Amino acid sequence: MQFLIDNFAALTITGLAIGAVYALIALGYTFVYGVLRLINFAHSEVFMYGSFAAVWVVMILGGNVSGSTGQVIFWVAMMFVAAMLMSGFVAVVIERVAYRPLRKRNAPPLIALISAIGASFVLSEAMGLREKIARWFGLDDTLRDYVSNSRNNVPLPTIIKPQGVFNLFGYEVTNVDIFVIVGAIAMMIVLDQFVSRSRLGRGIRAVAMDPEAAALMGVNRDRVIRVTFLVGGVMAGAAAVFYLLKIGITRYDVGFILGVKAFTAAVLGGIGNLRGALLGGFVLGLAENYGSAIVGTQWKDVVSFLLLIVILLFRPTGLLGESLGKARA
Amino acid sequence: MRSTLKLAVPFAVAALALGACGTKGGDTTPAAGASGGAAKVCDQKIGMFGALTGPNANLGIYIQNGVNLALDDYNAKHADCKVTLENYDSQGDPTQAPALAKKAIDDKKVVGLVGPAFSGESKAADPLFNEAGMVAITPSATATTLSTNGWKTFFRVLGNDATQGPAAAKYIKDTLKSTKPFVIDDATEYGKGLADTVRQDLGASVVGTDTIQTKQTDFSATVTKVTASGADAVFFGGYSPEAAPMIKQLRDAGFKGTYVVADGVKDASYLKNAGSAAEGTIITCPCVPPDVAPEFQTAYKAKFKEDPNTYSGEGYDAATILLDGIGEGKDRKSMLDYVKSFDKKGVTKQLKFDDKGESSEIKVFAYKVENGKIVSIGEIK
Repeated sequence: MQFLIDNFAALTITGLAIGAVYALIALGYTFVYGVLRLINFAHSEVFMYGSFAAVWVVMILGGNVSGSTGQVIFWVAMMFVAAMLMSGFVAVVIERVAYRPLRKRNAPPLIALISAIGASFVLSEAMGLREKIARWFGLDDTLRDYVSNSRNNVPLPTIIKPQGVFNLFGYEVTNVDIFVIVGAIAMMIVLDQFVSRSRLGRGIRAVAMDPEAAALMGVNRDRVIRVTFLVGGVMAGAAAVFYLLKIGITRYDVGFILGVKAFTAAVLGGIGNLRGALLGGFVLGLAENYGSAIVGTQWKDVVSFLLLIVILLFRPTGLLGESLGKARA
Repeated sequence: MRSTLKLAVPFAVAALALGACGTKGGDTTPAAGASGGAAKVCDQKIGMFGALTGPNANLGIYIQNGVNLALDDYNAKHADCKVTLENYDSQGDPTQAPALAKKAIDDKKVVGLVGPAFSGESKAADPLFNEAGMVAITPSATATTLSTNGWKTFFRVLGNDATQGPAAAKYIKDTLKSTKPFVIDDATEYGKGLADTVRQDLGASVVGTDTIQTKQTDFSATVTKVTASGADAVFFGGYSPEAAPMIKQLRDAGFKGTYVVADGVKDASYLKNAGSAAEGTIITCPCVPPDVAPEFQTAYKAKFKEDPNTYSGEGYDAATILLDGIGEGKDRKSMLDYVKSFDKKGVTKQLKFDDKGESSEIKVFAYKVENGKIVSIGEIK
């Protein structure tokens, strides 16, 4: 306990940083759930593909630690572009291949859930076996740096050295911490504005509230769903970049644990609720860090899930309540 | 070194029952024997048991290279009566080990084995070899408990984790002169076993401990604990997938002390994944560095175009013991006594076993990451 009090600032900042990543991934779950009443379990792989795209683009551009400020900004910008494009693309493909055919046939939601889990396995294993897949095309030598040891960790070349910017109660807050936390909140605000102000956002809300009425009013439901997946994917791509800057490695199965955590964050904040995802992510990140400090790191996950259960006992719809339509009018 | 998957035990038991029936005729087949080798038996084999494919294949291949080199030496001297190598590729998976062990036992031409390479598969396969009376000399399995099962055919040519832990503690205390060490483990049999010994040996000077989980990537709570404790050295008992991101995040948070790890981290992926953060890492390993045996190093380099790697020399030594026995006309049965009383100088150390099959001369070496390479900095005495 004394340890928690002494290192409160450090635990809070690092908890918020990882919480920001949870929140951005949680958005994807919440967004799709709000519109389709469906948990997209393949969303964790959307994140994972984004993280690989970000690493590869830095490798292609030859990013390294001694780059000038301009270069670093360029590399990070390219990471965002690559990760968002890749994640958005994968998310849309998942929707097209794994969900739309089922929706067209009016399959029950459970079938879509199985389809989601299947898609998740296929995507994750495809990345884990990328060396073999490259070999089929005779590309494993050309692409050696990108595909070899495909089941091992893949590091992001260091492009930013974390440096203390200011001191907060004895903890040196680093540039990376600030970038991750502020960046995630900024993305959240942009998304919130997009949903509440733009024409497409209005369509999304309409479909979330009442799909049939929306269709009668001339909203193209398929298009809205595609946009929903795309936006969720783009946010996961951004999360992948923040994650890499903070953690520095990725792996073909990295999505699994993060996906579970992000899903938890979404439920914690109230699934289907955008601001709830942000709050849920931060609360989860902090709870993990404080919990580790009090009872030991090996209990980290136990603490966070205990918190989830307790909160759901008292607020069954999460901290901010469910529903994309209502909570955010 | 690796000791996972207790799943294998039931399989081992089942295979034991089967194996008992299968081996009855095994002992009698090679007719020539201890009686002087007048009628020479040719066409004999030795086995290599370990991961040759799969995610842990590197370690198996380093050993296999050493074995092949020993075989070349032998066959050059015995051109009229060559010995061949039979590979048993377990992929490091204990569940596959019993079936492979049975296959080796059933092949009457196999006189003895190098391996199994990992601790988990040793646990599954060694009872079968014991039953069949087939010598299995491991060049790399370091779990302490392996020698305590009364298997009379178990031998190992290196130190176990009970010697590596104290050596690591000694290094932290005497060489690094650390007054504030911090000890972390990954809750695996291997990692926790090592970390517990280190913690015990360092005693009261330990400023803090923590346990992480395998596959964990975010170590922020652990990092805060380390930096807040003012530690000047961190020992981590575990494998490279966690060791690499951990040191990266520690360095990012401004940790200036020394990072000490054990043989589970001694592979190329650690260097790749930790990048510049790996610099200065101390790695302890009961594996002998190549420059201790320059002739072996030269021969190895000539054949494989690279320096001997983790446990290559140990593989060479284990194979040499078996080949010497074959050269003296030993068969599977008489090999056991031959190995028990073996006492010769190998490339890594004096090769001699105590009554448990442990190497009587045990050395643990310290390695250091310098300029992106793992270099030997000498024995920990």
